[in-house]
Amino acid sequence: MTIGMTRGRSGHFVKEKTIAYAVLGLFLIYTLLPLYYLVISSTKTNTQLFSTFGLWFADDLNLVRNIEALFERQNGVFGRWLANSALYSVAGGVGAAAVATAAGYALSKFNFRGRNLTFAIILGTVMVPNTALVIPLFLLFANFGLTDTIWAIILPSTVFPLGVYLMKIYIDQAVPDELIDAARIDGASEVSIFFGIVVRLAMPGIVTVMLLAFTSTWNNYFLPLVMVTDPRLMPVTVGLAQWNELASAGSGGQALFSLVITGALIGVLPVVAMFLLLQRFWQGGLASGAVK
Amino acid sequence: MPSPHRQRRSRLSGLVPYLFLAPFFVLFMTMLVLPMFYAFYLSLYQERMVGGTIFVGIRNYRTALGDPAFWEGVRNVAMFGIIQVPIMLGLALVLALILDSTLIKARSFFRTAFYLPYAVPTVIAALVWGYLYGPNFGPFTQLAEMIGVARPRFLSESWILWSIANIVTWTFVGYNMVILFAALQAVPRDLEEAASLDGAGPFQFAWHVKLPLIMPALYLCAIFSIIGTFQLFNEPMILRPMASSVIGRNFTPNLYAYSLTFTSAQINLAAAVSFITATIVGIVSFVFIRFAARGSGPTT
Repeated sequence: MTIGMTRGRSGHFVKEKTIAYAVLGLFLIYTLLPLYYLVISSTKTNTQLFSTFGLWFADDLNLVRNIEALFERQNGVFGRWLANSALYSVAGGVGAAAVATAAGYALSKFNFRGRNLTFAIILGTVMVPNTALVIPLFLLFANFGLTDTIWAIILPSTVFPLGVYLMKIYIDQAVPDELIDAARIDGASEVSIFFGIVVRLAMPGIVTVMLLAFTSTWNNYFLPLVMVTDPRLMPVTVGLAQWNELASAGSGGQALFSLVITGALIGVLPVVAMFLLLQRFWQGGLASGAVK
Repeated sequence: MPSPHRQRRSRLSGLVPYLFLAPFFVLFMTMLVLPMFYAFYLSLYQERMVGGTIFVGIRNYRTALGDPAFWEGVRNVAMFGIIQVPIMLGLALVLALILDSTLIKARSFFRTAFYLPYAVPTVIAALVWGYLYGPNFGPFTQLAEMIGVARPRFLSESWILWSIANIVTWTFVGYNMVILFAALQAVPRDLEEAASLDGAGPFQFAWHVKLPLIMPALYLCAIFSIIGTFQLFNEPMILRPMASSVIGRNFTPNLYAYSLTFTSAQINLAAAVSFITATIVGIVSFVFIRFAARGSGPTT
């Protein structure tokens, strides 16, 4: 008993602590290695990529020159890709969050016919392999002449069943029934209840869903790859993959490697910055989904 | 829980929840359900050079099921799932348990750092790892040459699946860790006091007390990982130009459906392949859930 007490919370466990820190340290190196390599490589010219050691800087830094070359290539198409990624992700994120909030509210606070069935179907589709739907969706869109338009990427990005599930759970605990009932008795309209009470109280949940949808759209590759062939409509992911293909094919495209790497660095910055600034929301969103 | 007020409201107000649900419902039907039915419809037809499109019943399914190229992709993702998913979840679990223990400091720093790769687009993760692996200017090749050992052959036929497994592991360990960590945070703290009074070390406590309590979260991670594995596409697609001789057009079922659609214009067969893949995922997930439900029953 006394021995157990002395080994309490703040206790010693020197061996265990060493092992724990060793595991964390090793994994930290593994996690940061590719990001470190990306940063180092983006400061090198194409020749330096081949002639200097990959995990350390070359004699001179060429990041600015790489960025200039990146945005000049093909009449500045990279800037266009960045703008496209931003447009698709913002539209997808805001759209998904708006639709999911309304649906989550309906499922959380109303008792209606088909409620349980709707909820079950939504949960079921969380498990449907999403990419299996992309090709059929492409064929369907092709019939309506919607491929090679921004809608071919934005519309599918707003369908986010997991977001509905997260919003339902969030509204369950963040919006008290009494508040809604009181507002109704006061004669408030359903629309003003939704925007005045539900949206305001559920804001952290809405931000979470928006972030998740924004990131998944920014990071999406398969959907835009299938849907658009016009380079002026491509997002960063598809454009960079195409340049990489050219670079790897050799024959003159080789000079592209440093541009692909610099482009990758710039393509990663917005999501990483957002992730770091708003991590409280990310982790919150995942947490509430997992624990329930 | 609905309040009694609601029952007294006019008949029109019964429509309210449906109106809130409507935008999602419309998008859900058009973007998810309709393509599913359309794919099923397509999978039952065949386009002919002469005679246009004709109904062929299950012939596309028989073609796909009898196609060794399709099964090669299935075998790849199955092997990937059997080996990569347990390694990834094992790592995620170990990290989550360490971060949840009272052993270490700077927990939120480690948690954020480990979760960071999840924010990196898989295309970019695959590009960067591809360059790290690369035989031309990859640092591992350079290191091997410096110390005079054989070059690692990350992009060779026998390594490629595991090189891809590493990219997927790198991207998703932190994501799974955060889910498991959240579940661990819900474990009552007084259990820990009791265990430490009984003289249990942190490792014993983690293994015998915490682990059984977070099994449901672990199963959730496993299901998502299994589904993700069957959808494998981005990483092999990005590595293809760097390793074209070893990543075929049928390397995964998804890659096969993609190349059937866009390279050989066999959309009907592609639809059947998509459907069979989805069915296999469904069966594997179902079997896994049943197996997991039995494993976590009251007897254990």
